[in-house]
Amino acid sequence: MIAFLRRHWLAILSHVALIAVWWLFVALGDVPKYIMPSPVETIASLGQANYDWVNNTLVTGAEVFGGYALGVVVGVGLALIFSWSATLNAAFMPLLVSLNMIPKVALGPLFIVWFSYGIGSNILIVFSLCFLPILLTTARGLKEVEPELIDLVRALRGSRWQIFTKIQLPGALPYVFAGMKVGAILAVAGAIVGEFIASDRGLGYLMLQVQVTLDTAAMFMSVLLITLVGVVLYALVLWLERSLIVQDARVR
Amino acid sequence: MTADTPVPFIRLDGVRKEYQTRGETFLAVSDVTLDIQEGALVSLVGPSGCGKTTVLKILAGLHAADGGKVEIGGEAGAYDTARDTGMVFQQALLLKWRRILDNVLLPAEILGLPRRAARERARDLLNMVGLDGCEDKYPYELSGGMQQRAAIARALIHDPRLILMDEPFGALDALTREKMNLELLRIWSESRKTIVLVTHSIQEAVFLATHCAVLTAGPARMAASFPIDLPSPRTLDMKTHEAFGDYTRRIYRLLGMD
Repeated sequence: MIAFLRRHWLAILSHVALIAVWWLFVALGDVPKYIMPSPVETIASLGQANYDWVNNTLVTGAEVFGGYALGVVVGVGLALIFSWSATLNAAFMPLLVSLNMIPKVALGPLFIVWFSYGIGSNILIVFSLCFLPILLTTARGLKEVEPELIDLVRALRGSRWQIFTKIQLPGALPYVFAGMKVGAILAVAGAIVGEFIASDRGLGYLMLQVQVTLDTAAMFMSVLLITLVGVVLYALVLWLERSLIVQDARVR
Repeated sequence: MTADTPVPFIRLDGVRKEYQTRGETFLAVSDVTLDIQEGALVSLVGPSGCGKTTVLKILAGLHAADGGKVEIGGEAGAYDTARDTGMVFQQALLLKWRRILDNVLLPAEILGLPRRAARERARDLLNMVGLDGCEDKYPYELSGGMQQRAAIARALIHDPRLILMDEPFGALDALTREKMNLELLRIWSESRKTIVLVTHSIQEAVFLATHCAVLTAGPARMAASFPIDLPSPRTLDMKTHEAFGDYTRRIYRLLGMD
């Protein structure tokens, strides 16, 4: 713990300073609560039992993590298939890049028409937002292997699977994680957008509800909780990266 | 075949290789004929793009020749390209995420050799190439020369009969390169392998080899192939001897550079 503080005290300081500035701004500027609540008022909104904070946070969290996990599995899986088949790669990679140009947010209303609203369609929105960056970076990483290394394994009559597990995949991991980090940020945005369009649960839904009554403190709290979900996801990805990738093999 | 002309370990006879690129045929190797005896250290020297690497790839079984004959094995019997070939490239190409010992073990894993014995052999090889104590280090902790030593140990792990080296010291600075030349001669004399080494350096081609094959530009055509009759073991001061100069001049002449 002390070692952690010693290493990251500057980062912790900047976070605390931001909250302090927020607090001072509200207190000294005499800003009304419905425009901007103070940090204390924001925290106090957690006391409102009818906002069902725990459940709403869990719903949003489930959408973010579910859609994201799906995005990672499909993204890495497709990249692997594309790296094995030049034909599939030539046919579908450009198509996926074109499809990626669709603002996924605009698909939200369609998903809701097709799948009705709820956790399921929000997971799909999250997935559609975050799987492509993961696919693209993974595909790139799988291609980065030195051809001589492949020659080395082929000269030993190594199988395609051995090339993949021993050379390609570990070599591509830094790229996979670069894509996963971008995807993590998009995933959180996707879940909230989905809830904004149509939902009956989740932090995005709650935000729209309390907006009507001008409970700005609760809106602030919702944003904080959404951010927290994102931070947990991101930290998980960083932790995984740190435990899977050797220091100097990382993309910096 | 009579008793005084033994079957060579490697016999290349009129070997020819073409590549198809965008509908055009590119002749990479036109006519390479070369006999290599077991235990020899043969240098293939020639300008860039002369198809030296293609010859190595044919020897490694990565490419099939389009013409001519390739026979490996000689009198010692059947030759299994996968088990009997080790490869070293210009870049060490160690896996960044593996420790040195695990890098050396890669071919053993792919061939499915018994683990315990392979680990023991890997340690011995690391000792032999002068990397004792580096087993648990990662490649980035090693200098370029040390990485190349590890790559040589990796090429030896499955105890192959033939080591193919493609410009193994081309990426090293001049001093490290000289040092690695001496190291290679020591490793070669200790391991008793046949080595085929591709190089741009005429000095290196003469200094290291027992036999030198000169290839000319364009499609690799054998300009000449001759034994290098310098005393063994080689020492750096041989580079100033008259015989050494004669050999290098001969190669310069063959490459049309005199």
